[in-house]
Amino acid sequence: MLVFILRRLAQAIAVMLTVAFMAFMLFQYVGDPVTHLLGQDATPAQREQLREDLGLNKPFPVQFARFVGNAVQGEFGLSLRQGQKVSRLLIERFPATLELAVVAALMALLVGVPMGVYAALKRGSVMSQVLMTVSLLGVSLPTFLIGILLILVFAVQLQWLPSFGRGELVSLGPWTTGLASLDGWKHLVLPATTLAMFQLTLIMRLVRAEMLEVLRTDFIRFARARGLPDRLVYFGHALKNTLVPVITITGLQLGSLIAFSIITEQVFQWPGMGLLFIQAVAFADVPVMAAYLCLIALVFVCINLVVDLLYFAVDPRLRIESPAAGRAA
Amino acid sequence: MKTRHLVSMGLAFALSAGTAQAVTLRVANQGDAQSMDPHSLNESLQLTFTGNVYEPLVARDKELGLTPGLATRWTQPKPTVWRFELRRGVKFHDGTPFTADDVVFSFNRAAGAGSDMQGYTNTFKEVRKLDDHTIEVETLTPFPILPDVLTQVYVMSRKWCEENKALTPVDRRKGIENAASFEANGTGPFRLKERRPGSRTVLVRHAAYWDKVEGNVTEVVFTPIGNAATRVAALLSGEVDVIEPVPLQDVERIKASPKLKVMQGPELRTIFLGMDQKRDELLFSNVKGKNPFKDKRVRQAFYQAIDIETIKSRVMRGAALPMALMVGPGIRGFSPDQNKRLPYDPEASKRLLAEAGYPSGFEVALNCPNDRYVNDADICQAVAANLARVGVKVNLQTETKVTYFPKILRRDTSFYLLGWTPSTYDAHNALSALMASPTDKGQGQFNLGAYSNAKVDELTLRIQSETDQARRNAMIREAFEAHAADIGHLPLHQQSLAWAMKKTVTLVQLADNFMPYKWVTLSEKAK
Repeated sequence: MLVFILRRLAQAIAVMLTVAFMAFMLFQYVGDPVTHLLGQDATPAQREQLREDLGLNKPFPVQFARFVGNAVQGEFGLSLRQGQKVSRLLIERFPATLELAVVAALMALLVGVPMGVYAALKRGSVMSQVLMTVSLLGVSLPTFLIGILLILVFAVQLQWLPSFGRGELVSLGPWTTGLASLDGWKHLVLPATTLAMFQLTLIMRLVRAEMLEVLRTDFIRFARARGLPDRLVYFGHALKNTLVPVITITGLQLGSLIAFSIITEQVFQWPGMGLLFIQAVAFADVPVMAAYLCLIALVFVCINLVVDLLYFAVDPRLRIESPAAGRAA
Repeated sequence: MKTRHLVSMGLAFALSAGTAQAVTLRVANQGDAQSMDPHSLNESLQLTFTGNVYEPLVARDKELGLTPGLATRWTQPKPTVWRFELRRGVKFHDGTPFTADDVVFSFNRAAGAGSDMQGYTNTFKEVRKLDDHTIEVETLTPFPILPDVLTQVYVMSRKWCEENKALTPVDRRKGIENAASFEANGTGPFRLKERRPGSRTVLVRHAAYWDKVEGNVTEVVFTPIGNAATRVAALLSGEVDVIEPVPLQDVERIKASPKLKVMQGPELRTIFLGMDQKRDELLFSNVKGKNPFKDKRVRQAFYQAIDIETIKSRVMRGAALPMALMVGPGIRGFSPDQNKRLPYDPEASKRLLAEAGYPSGFEVALNCPNDRYVNDADICQAVAANLARVGVKVNLQTETKVTYFPKILRRDTSFYLLGWTPSTYDAHNALSALMASPTDKGQGQFNLGAYSNAKVDELTLRIQSETDQARRNAMIREAFEAHAADIGHLPLHQQSLAWAMKKTVTLVQLADNFMPYKWVTLSEKAK
């Protein structure tokens, strides 16, 4: 177990260094920060001075080492566009994105798993076929289209729900939450649904397929033969065994929900990190882009780690295997 | 009837008491002000927003004419000296009285390190306080348009800046943030209540404002909505009252709604094409050993090949005003009778090209932004198609403004599209920035093709210090004539502003794209 975790950690650090390197390369290739910072009126002497000040004339490895050193402390310099610390901007925006992603993930799970189970158990019924067809739409429609459609129907036509922003916010220290007010929840419904749509259908289809697989196995038949009630067979035995891949996917998808909420945030003007990133790209605000890349990589790495650990909890075979391997060595 | 009377009485009472009975205007814009510091960034959106909170000495009226702001009167005792008499009884939002010290402080702040307003203050030699309500600005050379320039320089409270350590503007280079980036204390009709960069900014009426406010808006909620479709949806769903800008393709759709209206009007910005007239061989062309743009016949051929009316109707959906001059109506020095385009005439164009030695045309690259001006890339495509008809093959290169501007500012182009709004609302600015020969002092800084005409250069310098308005206008006219005779650039059109709002909203649309909330009135709720 310990060896496993250590190995995982080493891998994680390697991944982070690689991403940091790529983020750092942005500085070299996406525009010249000096041009952005000084504007057009600056003289060559002023430009040279700024290069000196920013350490841009140092050799490449030195610059990279400094970048990593600062990044480890969560310091990514200043946003070229807003003139504020990048770390501060990200902290301001992170709650919005996290709340959106978590609510979307919960929606996807709470709706997707039961739907998948239903589609597997009532295989062939009209309802489950409808579900399967609708889910195909969910997988194949692009996010921005779903978002715009939802806005058109629920905000413009029916005027039930707001189309943009986070609504009324409550501050809990540095954390601002929209979850504490009805208005906040209203604002959350459409973007969270948009974001959840793809995950939901994915989870549903996955659960269904796994469930069908498991239902065919011997131990389910034995359980049935022993006269266990259906509910226990389906939910105690079958569902539990379908959950390993579902956990993996959900975990990874939580990462991508956070990472790829970019489109949803843009459509709904959701003031999260994705919107920040889009704005940064439009202005070639490299420090923000670099920080965002590193942060997202960190989220993925952490989630992967947690997912791996969760395997141990859910699948007993893994728990037996690794100590055995350790003893044999 | 009686109830309404009661309501309005109640409203008046609530207003005088400064409580929450608010008339709220909800505005959505494509972008956000970058900072609340009025000296940190010289950009329209930034200045229009902070202009509701802060005020200049000299303001603009609804026709963009000059009108007293924080100064009640200004005179020019000497060619290089302007004297301003300051308004009495004005208070900042925190209650501090406004005096000459604040003006001297603010002008020095705007002229100092970290300020982005130095373009407006670089003619200053000294700003002096004569007494508590009089100041003088001495300029380095005679500077007749100082009052125009000062309309963009807002006044802050010296005391507040000292107390809040906001003595210098936010220096984007060093990322120095200070209180002025997120808080504000001006003399304007609105004060800042809440500021969340990129998501929401709230203004409320300044109860002790010195002037009578025409509009009835007491609270403004400003939201940036970058996505055009979402912005339109927010208006259609009634969540916001005003949006700006409206994407051209949505104009008809909004007009069709019984509750909404669209206001369109010419913007001060003129869109034009520029040509490299300096290099002996174009960088991006198949013509070797010479530069066809040095030949006036070629420039004229290009001009007459462009079908501006079709660009107006098809590309701009009618929302453009074709131009023959480099400045449009609304800019001082513009004369309508001079604004006559050469006719669209592909045949003449072919003939001119043949005379110049290019009977079968040539190839040249056209650089164009695709996210800066209204339908910019589409305009370039239309121009390329027009030129193809007379045999000129245009290799169109469109790209985002982020990479486009550094490139063309390096002069790394042979043929380019640019839009220009003279920031002083005066023709001199366009002459100096776009049409005069480039010098190392910043003249001709955006004359990227290095068009050069000694007469234009000389006139530009004389216009700068000519104080007699009639003589000045005559010289501007002469300079424009010389430029037009040379076909120094190819002016295309003035793009239109398009704002959309509920029918219950009455406001004033200014050609400089400013939206003063003090002129906004909301009538009875729409629904």
